[in-house]
Amino acid sequence: MSKIARRTWLAMAGAAPLGAAQAQAAGEKYAWPHVSARETIRKRYFPDMLLRTHEDKSVRLYEDLIKDKFVTINFMYINCIDGTCPVTTHNLTLVQEILKERVGRDIFMYSITLDPEHDTPDLLNRYARSYHVGPGWLFLRAEPEDTEMLRRKLGFYDRNPAVDAKKSSHAAMLRYGDEPRQLWSMTNAMIAPRTVADIILSAADLPGPSRPGWKRVAS
Amino acid sequence: MYLLKYGWSSITRNAWRNRQELISAGLTSRRDLMKLGLLTSAGYLIAKHGLSSRVANAKDMESPATRAFVDPLPIMPIKRPLANGANDLFPRPTIEPNNAGGEGRTRRHQAFVNYPGKFPFPPQKVYEIRQREALVYVSPDLPRQRLWGFDGMVPGPTYHALYGEQVLVRNRNELPANNGGFGIQQVTTHLHNAHTPSESDGFPFDFFPNPRKPAIANAKFYDQHYPNVLAGFASTHPPDGDINESLATLWYHDHRVAFTAQNVYKGLAGFYLLFNQYDTGDETRGFRLPGVRNSSDFYANVQYDIPLFLTDQLFNESTGQLFFDLFERDGILGDKFLVNGKIQPYLTVKPRRYRFRILDGGPSRFYQLFLTDKAANTSIPFWQIATDGNLLPRPIKVTSTVISVAARMDIVIDFRRWAGKTLYLENRLRQDDGRGPEANVGRSGSLVAPGKGNFILQFRVDTGAVVDNSIDFETNPNVQFYALPARETPRVKRKFRFERENGLWAINDKFFPEDDTTVNFRVKQNTAEQWSFEQEEDEWMHPIHVHLEEHQMLTRNGVVIGPGNVEYSRMDINRLQHNELNIIFMRFRDFEGRYPIHCHNTLHEDHAMMLRFDIDQTGDTRREP
Repeated sequence: MSKIARRTWLAMAGAAPLGAAQAQAAGEKYAWPHVSARETIRKRYFPDMLLRTHEDKSVRLYEDLIKDKFVTINFMYINCIDGTCPVTTHNLTLVQEILKERVGRDIFMYSITLDPEHDTPDLLNRYARSYHVGPGWLFLRAEPEDTEMLRRKLGFYDRNPAVDAKKSSHAAMLRYGDEPRQLWSMTNAMIAPRTVADIILSAADLPGPSRPGWKRVAS
Repeated sequence: MYLLKYGWSSITRNAWRNRQELISAGLTSRRDLMKLGLLTSAGYLIAKHGLSSRVANAKDMESPATRAFVDPLPIMPIKRPLANGANDLFPRPTIEPNNAGGEGRTRRHQAFVNYPGKFPFPPQKVYEIRQREALVYVSPDLPRQRLWGFDGMVPGPTYHALYGEQVLVRNRNELPANNGGFGIQQVTTHLHNAHTPSESDGFPFDFFPNPRKPAIANAKFYDQHYPNVLAGFASTHPPDGDINESLATLWYHDHRVAFTAQNVYKGLAGFYLLFNQYDTGDETRGFRLPGVRNSSDFYANVQYDIPLFLTDQLFNESTGQLFFDLFERDGILGDKFLVNGKIQPYLTVKPRRYRFRILDGGPSRFYQLFLTDKAANTSIPFWQIATDGNLLPRPIKVTSTVISVAARMDIVIDFRRWAGKTLYLENRLRQDDGRGPEANVGRSGSLVAPGKGNFILQFRVDTGAVVDNSIDFETNPNVQFYALPARETPRVKRKFRFERENGLWAINDKFFPEDDTTVNFRVKQNTAEQWSFEQEEDEWMHPIHVHLEEHQMLTRNGVVIGPGNVEYSRMDINRLQHNELNIIFMRFRDFEGRYPIHCHNTLHEDHAMMLRFDIDQTGDTRREP
């Protein structure tokens, strides 16, 4: 399979559906602004904010975590007494084992705390170590008001206020997506790890242009 | 006309859009404007940032203003088979999957093997269809859209098929690398709700190309066999099947697991119409339903028999491009209403009877459609003749028809008395977000007032004499179509509970897929079952779809469904409303293999509200699978 150079691909993905000049040539009376779909998605879903990793580094949501990457995102918190978060985290460690060295190379895993008041980077670090989390998987903390905005932006909320108030009701979902190719969906994070990996890879390894670090791997 | 170019301020643009909104919403009186808070006491129009949210209850995004009823209703062309059948395909079709030749199928065609006498290989009628980019206009007030469509059209071309004439469709995936913001370039096409062998049914995991399966990692096409055969042909009603199981109005759409909502919203869907000796498309033969055929061309559109593909969509306020809310799970509503791919089109009709085949193309909106004479503010009765494309035992006179996502309702409207008038198809069902309508159908509060709903399609009725040979139900009130198929004692009764769980949707506490090999339950081939669908919540409505055969609904929330009720019929979508328990009768005949049962609010479906059942020779008796 021929691979298109990264630069070419990014230019393609960034192109507007129709340039303004073309639109006018086609007889449209209003010149619709030129905004790429990629840019529209970034603006709507990925607010410009800082988070802190469990290694106590400061990272920018879009530029550092999402841009040009295939990512998985889930929400959790350490003091999650009904068991949803431990089961999810444990399941994701098994997913990471299946994805092997691809995690950190072309697939990146993020777990964002829903309880930033208590979950400090240091506690998240201990939590990550206790689950033997490997490289390429970050536990993240944002400021409380940013956390609230972020989980809503990323679709981890419930229209029913009583359900929404229960943190663990947001902890069993796994969003996955390929930022440059604009492929986004969600799965249950508590299903068989092999199935989670399969779902992720069936999108991540779609034939076509590649992301940085992407290598086609035989199943 | 306004001259629009660069340099317009956003206030000017909004004011212009506001004006267009007001005109299209029919809000021109001072009183209306005051009521909506759009007019200051001094009498100035307030330059709101768009008015759609007030008019259509959209949420945080609203489409640019568009004018209503300026485009004629488009009619999709009929797909033509290849002139030399299978000889025109390269590579030639095979019974076993041709993975080396680029096919994405993984199982052999069962019907050619199990019933070779009935289905000689290859079929005479062969089609080739390509899923590719579609560059279309949905409104003169919006830019050209970059969508996906079968043969580059949205909706795709309509198929004309005949019972007894099997077809093979080669489906080529030629979707472009850049998806323009949403949609995935992997497809599995479902012919909803044909009696189709499993490997041709578009099972959600049978998508191609699939990098997880080396044999089809780069697959380019998939051959689907549509036998166009009546259910029961190899079981209860040999050799031709049960005539009372005849289907008429079907549709095809993508079914890729976790991405169905995106791919169908983007345009991967179309109609598939089945005819037979009774439902002929010719008003001088058979049941004499409205329709005039081109006598020399089966693949020409039937006059006076018009498919209406309804969708509601949202367009990006600044770019004017179709917008899909990627991170929404509850459901997606649009503030623009499209019919056959155009926003609020008009149709010029003759003063005679028409058959309309109305499809709710989703993703999440339900409709209750009225035929409205806006000038007189009255609702005009019409005839409902089918539910989900299946003719009723007899036509029923109604003043409205309810359509759930993915359901089809065939109706007959007689425009004779309305020559020279303008009428509208108006949706009055109240639905404020993707979760479903606000109240169960028929309950107080479920409808908006007459004239205040969504005007979807405008009918401009011509004057003058016109021939009409179709049957008039007013003067033939005892006409009968198909009887409801006889029911037998179910082999097993099963229960399915639909609920919200962990932010997703579950059936009996299960999410799809549990595991790629999990079979949630097994049905014994050629047996009948009784299923109950229940929901104890009052937040959601779920249009439940079971593949392979139509169901008969026995009770809705304890109330027996009897003659005279439009639900006394065959359906493939069961509208499960707030706090309801519905009981249906199902059969599983002739074919074997995997099929899904799922919610057809495609957002719920993509977020796990689905189970897999396999039809085999033994079956199981799990009561809550």
